[in-house]
Amino acid sequence: MMELIKEMFSYHFMIRAVVVGVLVSLCAALLGVSLVLKRYSMIGDGLSHVGFGALAIAAAANIAPLYLAVPTVVAAAFLLLRINQNSKIKGDAAIALISSSALAIGVVTVSLTSGMNTDVSNYMFGSILSLSHTDAVLSIILSAAVLLMFVLLYPRIFAVTFDETFARATGTRAQLINSVVAVLTAVTVVIGMRMMGALLISSLIIFPALTSMRVCRSFKSVVICSAAVSVVCFVIGMGASYAFELPSGAAIVIVNIIAFALFSFAALLKRRL
Amino acid sequence: MAQLECKDLSFAYDGETVLSGINFSIDAGSYLCIVGENGSGKSTLMRGILGLKQPQKGEIIFNDLAPTEIGYLPQQTQIQRDFPASVREVVLSGRLNSMKGRLFYNAADKAAAAENMERLGIDDIAGRCYLELSGGQQQRVLLARAMCATKKLLLLDEPVTGLDPVAANEMYNLIKLVNLCDNTSVIMISHDIHAAVRYATHILHLGRSQLFFGTTAQYRESDLARRFVGGSRA
Repeated sequence: MMELIKEMFSYHFMIRAVVVGVLVSLCAALLGVSLVLKRYSMIGDGLSHVGFGALAIAAAANIAPLYLAVPTVVAAAFLLLRINQNSKIKGDAAIALISSSALAIGVVTVSLTSGMNTDVSNYMFGSILSLSHTDAVLSIILSAAVLLMFVLLYPRIFAVTFDETFARATGTRAQLINSVVAVLTAVTVVIGMRMMGALLISSLIIFPALTSMRVCRSFKSVVICSAAVSVVCFVIGMGASYAFELPSGAAIVIVNIIAFALFSFAALLKRRL
Repeated sequence: MAQLECKDLSFAYDGETVLSGINFSIDAGSYLCIVGENGSGKSTLMRGILGLKQPQKGEIIFNDLAPTEIGYLPQQTQIQRDFPASVREVVLSGRLNSMKGRLFYNAADKAAAAENMERLGIDDIAGRCYLELSGGQQQRVLLARAMCATKKLLLLDEPVTGLDPVAANEMYNLIKLVNLCDNTSVIMISHDIHAAVRYATHILHLGRSQLFFGTTAQYRESDLARRFVGGSRA
């Protein structure tokens, strides 16, 4: 076991992946609590598909992937939020529409330029090898910014998540807070999808929040528990991915499923006792 | 000088006027009940006073009261069913409007939250999960949050809906107590006309326009009240 861990960290790309991964897991878990409670779970999924499209175009145009993907996904986040507030268009249908469109554009771009190759598979299912040094530095800076913003806005995020009407009536700028959360989510999705894959990144947002809501009874404890669950699941999943040569994203999601099952079981026991 | 004054106010949804001709004012320490049938515009008026809905015409004037200095108790249905939050967290969130540029709650915020929880008798359940409480306890938590947001004006949207008669009475008494002890004005939407005429100092009766505004004593004498209350107690 120790040998394996030692070996794992002897590779530069592994250290890079673990550092970025832990930070992204933290960001996703914190934002996830607010998104799940606001019924915005599917936004993460929609944004990741937009991210896929942007990455494919960036690769085709030979632009550094994050430089194109971050602004595109942030714009998409604003759009989805707007649609969600407009009662005339159904939010879930709009998300499905945007995400499949982006996916299609991405796939067509890739097959027109380089052909369907390992790149596509990497974007879809994630790869720890895809992080370059500059990507890693940018990812660390962005996720640190996301964490800082979340902590600084914590009381306001709680108020807007719990009861937006009251928050607005007492002068909190709920629209602004919602937009900030959307931007932070977009940034997190883009950074995380390289490693987790476009198809699986949203699980990083949803699972830890749902898992901790099984047992925790206050907002703060849910937030802290989500962060812990997310990081632990990431590290275990990453280890498993290395040891058994599994795609990293899928391995991490499997560990999250196990954690969810364990917490559900614990909640059941607690109620029985 | 009136604390809150509505002048020739009207509201519309998608260009269709749903409430018009609202003219009333209340002084500090008043207790106003807004009554009327479903769809009479009660909630729309309340959203207008809260600044959540722009009036179609007319104006709302606050004196010695910032528009964000209002404590609001929403209808129970607006709160999500599965939200994990402790009583303390919910009550404390009422202090957001006094934070201005500050990022975190300070000792004064926490003290205010603790004081309001104690006054409403929920300090012993401060650590409990909001969802696991009874309906009456939940309403007290929301009232404590509203009290954290204001010393001047409380807006309550059907605060006793869904409560059993004992809990409803306790709730009414607590609201009256806050009204009298702190000289906090109360504006309450109510379906319970008997409680309205018992506790309120003023009544505003809506039916897509202003049908009556005056003191409770005047209201008891009006034809409108006789019809609406059914003549039994008015």
